[in-house]
Amino acid sequence: MSGIHDFTLASARDALKARKISAVELTNAHIDAIERLDGQLNSFITRTPDQAREAAKASDEALAKGEGGSLCGIPLGIKDLFCTNGVRTTAASKILGNFVPPYESTVTANLLKDGAVFLGKLNLDEFAMGSANLTSAFGPVENPWKRKDSDAKLVPGGSSGGSAAAVAAGLVLGATGTDTGGSIRQPAAFTGIAGIKPTYGRCSRFGTIAFASSLDQAGPMARNLQDCAILLESMAGFDPRDSTSVDTPVPHYEAALKRGVKGLRVGIPKEYHVEGMPAEIEALWQQGMTWLRDVGAEIVEVSLPHTKYGLPTYYIAALAEASSNLARYDGVRFGERVSASTLDGLYEASRAAGFGDEVKRRILIGTHVLSSGYYDAYYLRAQKVRTLIQQDFLKAFENVDVLLTPTAPSGAFAQDEKPTDPVQMYLNDVFTVPASMAGVPALSVPAGLDARGVPLGLQLIGKFFDEETLIAAGHAIEQAAAFHHRPTIHAGVSA
Amino acid sequence: MSYRITGSTGEWEIVVGLEVHAQVVSEAKLFSGASAEYGGEPNTHVSLVDAGFPGMLPVLNRECVAQAVRTGLGLEAEINLFSRFDRKNYFYADLPTGYQISQFAHPIIGKGKVLVDLADGSTREIGVTRLHLEQDAGKSIHDQDPTRSFIDLNRAGVALMEIVSEPDIRSPEEAGAYLRKLRQILRYIGTCDGNMEEGSMRADVNVSVRKPGETEYRTRCEIKNVNSIRFVMMAIEVEAQRQIEVWEAGGTVDQETRLFDHVRGETRSLRSKEDAHDYRYFPDPDLLPLVIEQSWVDELKAALPELPEAKRARLEQEYGVSRYESSVLCVEQAIADFYETVARGADARLAANWMLGDFFAALNRTGRSIEDSPVSAEGLRELLGLISDSTINGKIAKEVLEDMVETGDSASAIVERKGLRQVTDTGAIESAIREILAANSDKVEEYKGGKDKLFGFFVGQTMKAMKGKGNPALVNETLKKLLSE
Repeated sequence: MSGIHDFTLASARDALKARKISAVELTNAHIDAIERLDGQLNSFITRTPDQAREAAKASDEALAKGEGGSLCGIPLGIKDLFCTNGVRTTAASKILGNFVPPYESTVTANLLKDGAVFLGKLNLDEFAMGSANLTSAFGPVENPWKRKDSDAKLVPGGSSGGSAAAVAAGLVLGATGTDTGGSIRQPAAFTGIAGIKPTYGRCSRFGTIAFASSLDQAGPMARNLQDCAILLESMAGFDPRDSTSVDTPVPHYEAALKRGVKGLRVGIPKEYHVEGMPAEIEALWQQGMTWLRDVGAEIVEVSLPHTKYGLPTYYIAALAEASSNLARYDGVRFGERVSASTLDGLYEASRAAGFGDEVKRRILIGTHVLSSGYYDAYYLRAQKVRTLIQQDFLKAFENVDVLLTPTAPSGAFAQDEKPTDPVQMYLNDVFTVPASMAGVPALSVPAGLDARGVPLGLQLIGKFFDEETLIAAGHAIEQAAAFHHRPTIHAGVSA
Repeated sequence: MSYRITGSTGEWEIVVGLEVHAQVVSEAKLFSGASAEYGGEPNTHVSLVDAGFPGMLPVLNRECVAQAVRTGLGLEAEINLFSRFDRKNYFYADLPTGYQISQFAHPIIGKGKVLVDLADGSTREIGVTRLHLEQDAGKSIHDQDPTRSFIDLNRAGVALMEIVSEPDIRSPEEAGAYLRKLRQILRYIGTCDGNMEEGSMRADVNVSVRKPGETEYRTRCEIKNVNSIRFVMMAIEVEAQRQIEVWEAGGTVDQETRLFDHVRGETRSLRSKEDAHDYRYFPDPDLLPLVIEQSWVDELKAALPELPEAKRARLEQEYGVSRYESSVLCVEQAIADFYETVARGADARLAANWMLGDFFAALNRTGRSIEDSPVSAEGLRELLGLISDSTINGKIAKEVLEDMVETGDSASAIVERKGLRQVTDTGAIESAIREILAANSDKVEEYKGGKDKLFGFFVGQTMKAMKGKGNPALVNETLKKLLSE
């Protein structure tokens, strides 16, 4: 074994069970790494080393007795959108102030029940609104990857940018993310890690701060799909406190890794060959097809005719919901309040001070598309198109088992290359949004580096509740791609 | 007879529709497990869901849905097996999430009707447009501190049924009758306690006026949150009067929301149409569409108690009481039950007479309700039995009832204790009458000379002499006999 930072979540789990390493050792090593590296990366908003050490100690006691759940002693990071009992939860917004929830989200409660050790709360775009982790009130997250030829600070993608960066840099063995239109998959691709957006309804939304309720879905982010599978199995499950969670058994996802892809029909949606896509993304996509074909899958071209409407309808549906979901941040009951002499004044001052520009922009758009006189033209039409997009997928899945696409139209860009036009920024989500709109599961796996040495990901989209096939196909790509590159900033690399 | 208001240009007709907010009887709130009980220290019946904390999600309370369906069945309404919850977005300090969850586009209950009884004995059918489920808001308290307001979220999230009538109401009386009948139905089914003082039933009143014969409606105004039937009737009257004055002065009525001030007897503008909220309704993405099974509706229907209209008709038929009597007896289920307990095993019509007369008077006098009546149904039945079998007469029975109310003793015990048993001994009656006739020989002559009216005088004197205990029929009979001697 070369070092404590070479563990994957799975190998750490096995080493803990075998008592080759203690949970305290493992946790301390990660706390040290955070202290060393996170000043630069800024992937954590709140660190909880003391609680982590306590939990690690308890894990060791359980392990010594041959007890402990599937994640006993595993150090994780939690996207700061999940409410954590007694630990400040910010959604990367000023408006929540020092809000400390007196309750635990179902997803994090599930992880804790299985013995996970939480190292803290991870940075994100404010209220998960962004694709570059540049909108956080707690500052941007830096991607641990660097271009070969430059020291420019790259973005980690978003909104789960802190999760992605922390996993990629080896600060945590895995992290929770949430994905509304690509917020797990795109940052996973930008940081050379794996991430799964499960089927809508697979993980409970209870206790997760809402962005767009009909799209938000929690999922795992980790170094590889085996780690993601282990995390997903813990996170998923029916929750009577979330009416949109689905009561269907949680499979043993890790076992799906061994399934192989022989005879699997892999669809290539022709509409994803978008104009202006860099040649190296196109080439990587072709490479992905070849890899899968080489291990026995069949590549089939399919059509998702409404793909081009995905992005605009997403930005209507998601922002309409967001404008309503964020109404509760009003300075009345919790979070930051800016006093004023009237109630309306209090709302205006609190929300003006508490929300960042991107959040305000999205609330305004969302409010507009729901307004009387615009509802039919925007919201209602978007809902109809959403149904058509979903039908596209259902139809395609009559013929194929999974779909293969690039995850994002580019690799990570530099913080100062951020497009000035916000709509240009929204194009980052062009490949990830349609699966979110349809509610089907999707994942991203690292598949290679671009010409400047920055990771690129491939996306697989699956049938409703068929995460297992997705994991099997993703693992085939992982094996073929043999992606063992390390980012410049990594806990295992002596700085 | 149609209700008309006479203005300077002639007669006007009024058009009224009511939106009634009825608090659902349920243990827990519509979307949370917090208690829905009235009262309690401020902010003690509040869950994190009600308070709109981050990440909290609504979960629909099945019992509230059942209550809405039962109510729909009581209103003979269409039950929509598919309905949906929408968000109604607006900012207010006692609305923690910034939206109220309601049913806008797809209510759970569709068209129904309410039959109302009017004072002239006629009945009218008032259409119900829809009934939907929604959350109540909390309460803002502005009078505790000069600069601050306080918020009590105990009511926030409590289930309400909004019951919308068609604009079928044409007089304040009809509005009152509609509300009373609606409240009666809700109480029978047990879906709302109808307590307007506690705010568990309140009405928004839509009023417009037009000339008789006009087929289009003119602009209406909505009077918000009127909290008693009497105030609803008053508000309609003064608002109609106001609108008529506006029209007759050559003006136009603006669509707006108004408040009724019962102290000053006027309505005041709250906000104009221009200031109306844009509620930005859209389907609540936290909740799935509400789909219920017909078989469940059938089950609820089978378990429904007898409804006021059916009960009224049955009492009329089964006990031979008048329509008026049976409708009064059916005002509350407990009264009807009480009546039926009395009437089974007694003279049913006599029972109705006594319930509506002396018994209700006794309740009023003692300030008791039927539930804690000082006289039980069995006790009243025993008393009526004593009348029927001629143990006592009706007049004595009144005295006995008063004693029952006071002492709680049984009717027969009182009759025995006070020696009130009716005298049916013809000899005793005859001798009493002979004494009266002897003492009033002048009147006897007048009677025999044709002054028939004096017969009543002799009856009265005889009963007085017998301390009211003479059997009235025997007294009459014997008097006639002796006077014709």
